[in-house]
Amino acid sequence: MPRVVVDVVLKPEISDPQGQAVLGALGRLGHGGVRSVRQGKHFVLDVEGTPDEAELKQIAETLLANPVIEDVELHLPTD
Amino acid sequence: MRIGIITFPGSLDDVDAARAVRLAGGEPVALWHADHDLKDVDAVVLPGGFSYGDYLRAGAIAARAPLMQDVVTRARQGLPVLGICNGFQVLCESGLLPGALTRNSHLHFRNRDQVLRVERADTSWTSDYAPGQRIVVPVKNGEGRYVAADEDLDRLEAENRVVFRYVDGNPNGSLRDIAGVTSENGRVVGLMPHPEHAIEDLTGPSTDGLGFFTSVLSAAVAA
Repeated sequence: MPRVVVDVVLKPEISDPQGQAVLGALGRLGHGGVRSVRQGKHFVLDVEGTPDEAELKQIAETLLANPVIEDVELHLPTD
Repeated sequence: MRIGIITFPGSLDDVDAARAVRLAGGEPVALWHADHDLKDVDAVVLPGGFSYGDYLRAGAIAARAPLMQDVVTRARQGLPVLGICNGFQVLCESGLLPGALTRNSHLHFRNRDQVLRVERADTSWTSDYAPGQRIVVPVKNGEGRYVAADEDLDRLEAENRVVFRYVDGNPNGSLRDIAGVTSENGRVVGLMPHPEHAIEDLTGPSTDGLGFFTSVLSAAVAA
């Protein structure tokens, strides 16, 4: 069954306190070379038949992500 | 005066909201999220809680519930709607109110009595307050930080759509201390703090919250 992946991350201008907390922990663990962390969501959808790009784009942009605060990337299967 | 209170899976404060409506002199009407039936109510309250466990984003799944489609349609026609805490998140997710609520900047759940300044005393839910009045109501949230793009915030301020601001400390990092906003027509209001928990001396820090529920009684009559 075709697998579609959707990645969602907060827009750059929206502050990400969870990412900042992870960054702080990395610094304390000695990974000072990591300069920034943004935390996001990763959705894996198994879709019947040939994936309908328009439908998946709608799903990604209207439910999986909130366009007010988040950017979304749709990854269709490449076969 | 019939005021509907919608229960979603995971709503917590629907009973308190119904009690607030009753104490204010209204008739609370229980509404179920999965029905397409607003039961001829004159106004709607979306209560606090954790609908769908805050899965996906707080309020995101509840905002797509069958009854919410009816609420959105009727709200655009002037039905007064109040969203409290999770209800505010649902209203932002449904597109009835601008902006979004995200994780508190300090990452802690914050639960305390909060001072608010009333910025707008002419909405359907705030007409019994005075402009600039300070009220004390509980705030309790983990994802209450109000955010929007800078230009959107500028526009909101220019349109005078900020209804409440946090005073004496911002509990969650909300931009510009915004605690609540309203729709263009002033009939939809959302805020993170909980007026329905400040309606009786026995259980609340004040009775300042009762004004929301008395305000809408006159707003619904006027409509």
